[in-house]
Amino acid sequence: MNHNFIILPIVIPLLTGVLLIFFNKRQKMQICLSAAASVVNTAIACFLVQFVKTYGIVSLEVGGWKAPFGIVLVADMYASLLVLTANIVVLACLFFSYKTMAQERIRYFYYSGVMFLLTGVSGAFLTGDIFNLFVFFEVMLMASYFLIVHGNSKPQLRESIKYILVNVISSALFVISVAFLYAVTGTLNMADLSLRVKELGSSGIITVISIMFLIVFGLKSALFPLFFWLPGSYQAPPSAIASLFGALLTKVGVYSITRVFTLIFLQDTDFTHTFISWLAVLTIIFGVIGSISYPDIKQIMIYNILTAVGIMLFGMSTMTKAGMEGAVYYIIHDMIIKSALFLLVGAILAITGTTRLHYFSGLIQKYPALGWLFLVAALSLSGIPPFSGFIGKLKVVEGGFENGDFVMAFVVLLSSLLILYSVMKIFINGFWGEENIPRTQTNVAVKNLLIPITFLVAISTLYGFCTEFISPYITQAGEVLLSPDVYVKAVLKE
Amino acid sequence: MEILAAIVSGILFMAATYLMLSRSLLRIIIGTGLLSHGAHLLILTMGGLKKGTVPLLSEHASSYVDPLPQALILTAIVISFGVTAFFLVLAYRSYQELGTDDMDQLRGNDQQ
Repeated sequence: MNHNFIILPIVIPLLTGVLLIFFNKRQKMQICLSAAASVVNTAIACFLVQFVKTYGIVSLEVGGWKAPFGIVLVADMYASLLVLTANIVVLACLFFSYKTMAQERIRYFYYSGVMFLLTGVSGAFLTGDIFNLFVFFEVMLMASYFLIVHGNSKPQLRESIKYILVNVISSALFVISVAFLYAVTGTLNMADLSLRVKELGSSGIITVISIMFLIVFGLKSALFPLFFWLPGSYQAPPSAIASLFGALLTKVGVYSITRVFTLIFLQDTDFTHTFISWLAVLTIIFGVIGSISYPDIKQIMIYNILTAVGIMLFGMSTMTKAGMEGAVYYIIHDMIIKSALFLLVGAILAITGTTRLHYFSGLIQKYPALGWLFLVAALSLSGIPPFSGFIGKLKVVEGGFENGDFVMAFVVLLSSLLILYSVMKIFINGFWGEENIPRTQTNVAVKNLLIPITFLVAISTLYGFCTEFISPYITQAGEVLLSPDVYVKAVLKE
Repeated sequence: MEILAAIVSGILFMAATYLMLSRSLLRIIIGTGLLSHGAHLLILTMGGLKKGTVPLLSEHASSYVDPLPQALILTAIVISFGVTAFFLVLAYRSYQELGTDDMDQLRGNDQQ
């Protein structure tokens, strides 16, 4: 059977992005084209997930070059689920942008930027070659440089310089790590790397290289000592872009750490995975401290990204069935709900004109739908049982207990409580109380803004309520992550 | 030969680090350029130097040079070229808007 369709989630947004450049002055055309491409792409991603569910891992040897030599695209359950989630998030953010983006921004290739971002993200999820991963990282980063500075406001210019500098350095480090890995193993194909590293046994050089990769991906995913760039950069761009970044960029880093440390670097798990779990716990602690201490709704959401990254990586680092499934559950949940929360922040910003917490209150009297959506999203984020965050966190903690990391699992539990406090603080101060809404010049129809948010919150809620239906998919993803042999066999076709 | 190349790329990294720690934005950009040069030289070295003849051109050689690192470098050069061009334009724009290229004055955020 021909598996060429795996490449479609990468090619469709790429071609759409190129096409949109030519129609930069025609707003209707831009909206129609990008929406159509996004819907088609989401449908293909659904098909991909179902296909992988039925036939197992599918791989495509690009250009017909055989597996360890040419570049392969590999769709296992984890990657295809993330591609689907990324497409859903982009779809929602596009519809939010149609209502909020200024005419000027649309003329200057905003939608092309979003499409190129999606190209890079999908490519990074689907590739099975470590240098190709670097290339797709760069595609994604280039689009993110463009989006973060798009609009040319002073804070954007100032923050984007730092953002680009950090990422240029981490890209150079990525190339260097790939060079070292190639010198030691003589291959770049991830499946082949898995075999070669296994043959080498536990040698110190591989562990050093693995930590270099951890630094590179840790910079992208905002892991504990390397998250310093994140709060400033995500503060600067408008909400639709911040929502895309918050949902997608750090998760690509998390995905890469998970992929590399479950497939390739398994030679010294006592050291590397324990190291990751400590970093993850420190990330959770710092994220929680940040989200509690800032009186600004955007900053609270940004620091909640850190907490989520920590929880996912902690689940992964336990290397148990429960922990791995929990991490997969949680990453999908977090992509959807973080995007929804950033869009909610955008809606609040559109109404009140400020993100400072004490400058407005009593929003729920005038905007009841917004209030209830925020409440549901907040409860999901903190993992209150019927909603989607619960099952992921439960499994992560279960994995931690199985491994005997009681203190760390306890930190994860405690963090949920504090996340709940940080978002309820917004709800209590901003939505309850006397009605006090600052007047703003912008007249945005809030009802229109709520459509994409409702869409995301509904998906998130369904994800929580239909756990029974979703769990076979997650189990399949977890199985592949835990037994690299399955992945290797599927790619090398031995 | 490999050792010499490794030392040269080490010197490039050193110069890059020094430039990137300075306050002027232009020096920082030149630093990122040197950093990527060092990385490219390192890839070339890691593939092994002077091990055989040119791949594909002649059929009767006993050994060939590994062509893969060169393909990697080509890709990485193009990417770093694009990023540097973008970075330079951004530096120019931000100099126009913010009126400074001193990193010390680009600190902080608007709320403070």
